[in-house]
Amino acid sequence: MWEAIRGNIRRSRLLIGLMGAILVGQGALIGLWLVGPEGGLVGALGAVVLWLVMLAIVFLAGEQVVLFSAGARQITKQDAPRLWNCVEEMTIASGLGKMPRVYVIDGFQKNAFATGRKPENACVAVTSGLIRTLNRDELQGVIAHEIGHIRNLDIRFLTLASVTVGAIVLLSDMTRRSLWLGGGRRRSYKGGGQAQMAILAVTLLVGILAPICARIIYLACSRKREYLADASAARFTRFPEGLASALEKISLTTGAAVQAGVPRTLAPMFIVNPLQARLGSQGMFSTHPSTRERVRILRAMGGNAGWVDYERAFRRVVGKGKACIDSVTIESEKSVTARLPTAEPEPRQEALGRAREVGDLLDRMVHLLLIPCPCGVRIKVPQGLKRDSIPCPRCGRDHEVPKARSSAAGESAPGTGPLRYRRRSEGWESFRCACGRTLQLSPGLRVNSITCRKCRRTIELTAA
Amino acid sequence: MIAILVLLVLVVIIAGWVVGIYNGLVRLRNQSENAWSQIDVQLRRRHDLIPNLVETVKGYAGHEKETLENVIKARARAVEASGVENQARAEMDLTGALGRLMLVVEQYPDLKANQNFLNLQEELTSTENRIGYSRQAYNDSVMQYNTRTQSFPSNIIAGMFQFIRREFFEIKDSAAREVPKVQF
Repeated sequence: MWEAIRGNIRRSRLLIGLMGAILVGQGALIGLWLVGPEGGLVGALGAVVLWLVMLAIVFLAGEQVVLFSAGARQITKQDAPRLWNCVEEMTIASGLGKMPRVYVIDGFQKNAFATGRKPENACVAVTSGLIRTLNRDELQGVIAHEIGHIRNLDIRFLTLASVTVGAIVLLSDMTRRSLWLGGGRRRSYKGGGQAQMAILAVTLLVGILAPICARIIYLACSRKREYLADASAARFTRFPEGLASALEKISLTTGAAVQAGVPRTLAPMFIVNPLQARLGSQGMFSTHPSTRERVRILRAMGGNAGWVDYERAFRRVVGKGKACIDSVTIESEKSVTARLPTAEPEPRQEALGRAREVGDLLDRMVHLLLIPCPCGVRIKVPQGLKRDSIPCPRCGRDHEVPKARSSAAGESAPGTGPLRYRRRSEGWESFRCACGRTLQLSPGLRVNSITCRKCRRTIELTAA
Repeated sequence: MIAILVLLVLVVIIAGWVVGIYNGLVRLRNQSENAWSQIDVQLRRRHDLIPNLVETVKGYAGHEKETLENVIKARARAVEASGVENQARAEMDLTGALGRLMLVVEQYPDLKANQNFLNLQEELTSTENRIGYSRQAYNDSVMQYNTRTQSFPSNIIAGMFQFIRREFFEIKDSAAREVPKVQF
């Protein structure tokens, strides 16, 4: 199965090579400009040394810096048995030699990331908010995604690539700054004035363009890797729906306000970018593909869970491109059937259901209008809402606010005359009177008409 | 002279290539052997959990003797079973017996609220999952290994050094082929 990452490794080498070339070229240009013709080599060497030093720092300090700045603490099995078990299960499913260390970040945010230099000393960090909100299958999906990152060697690539981008940015900064200050020995250098001007122009241009290019390459690749990790998760768990609904739950609360504690530089590492505003957004500079798209791909796998199935779903949803899975793997594999959801322990579900019922009752008492959405969300329409429709916060479907309509075709004066409302179900139901007041219909209600308490008009009820 | 040199270089290249393929095959074989032993580890883990579980349930539901004894017997049979086929059958019986026990447990709210029982329940769920996933990982690695031993050019090397096809872990009874699931 691990042929899937062969293409990934090849691509990584190419990309790192490309970025390295940009870096060395930039160094050479700076050398040429500062010292003269003999400075090119020195500049290139200097760039390489800079890169090596930065790399050494990152590798020596290692994942501890990342974990520390995210506020993660290492846990043992007793602290969070379910999480621990999920990590162990996914370690087995992925065939990873050694179980990653498990970290928890305290807080209400919902997110997770993996880090480490190589698969043998990797770490998985999960926020405590995530552990609380996800059920077993969802948590498993998230962990499988992170282990997918470890298995696909994404964490190593991410470290290498970010160091290279960092070096390029640093060099560009130096170029611009030295230009500002009048730069080096260029006045004493007796060369062809024109050649020097050309070098200066090129150096300047590269100094501006290189960081942008490097970053775009890096980000495009990091987005592809998210897809690949999703595909891995589906394959490990044999249950794409787990990750899909987990992603949905996570993205509902992401956005700057909730995730304020996350350092900017760590954003690309998380399963869902904590700084990305909402479900749909994706641009050239985003580190993650849009969550909505990822969820749609996972749900389009149609009861299957293999690499091939992910690739097919990817084509159907995105319409173009590939999901970063090696073609050899695709050809040699058949589709894999997904499993059924795990039965959740009862008590929690029961308690949740009861709490929800009580909540609904209270909502009705304060005249909130409830609209059930097919995706499972109950939309609460606030009393003063002027619009006639409201979108579902989870799936985006538009719902018309149920309203009593005037029964007479040509009403003489607005605000008078009888109204009519067609019931949609036999159960609890709420709708809006023409005057704006929300009215409740209980399941036991058997009358043919009711009177609005505010405008005193009669509303005729017709059965569903 | 040049001809010899060229020949030498060619031989070195081919030798390197053969070594590469051979090592790849060995790696895959070890991987699948490792995955196989992982299944055993997880099955043993389940055996180890059961006495504890039975003790805990006894404290609250002592008169469900028959169900409890069935679990104990099934465990004993599973521990003793030898051979893939027999073992698979015994484990299947054990899964069934555990399932019935968990069904019985439903009627004892006190037991369901017991922290010790809840921990055991989580462990049991996880172990069942692990058994399923280790099987899955084994089959995945066998498929990869078999594909490699059969496809050109690695099949030549595989034939030369006797890399034999491995069997998938499949239980004849279709009911046991799914990931065993205990309903709580």
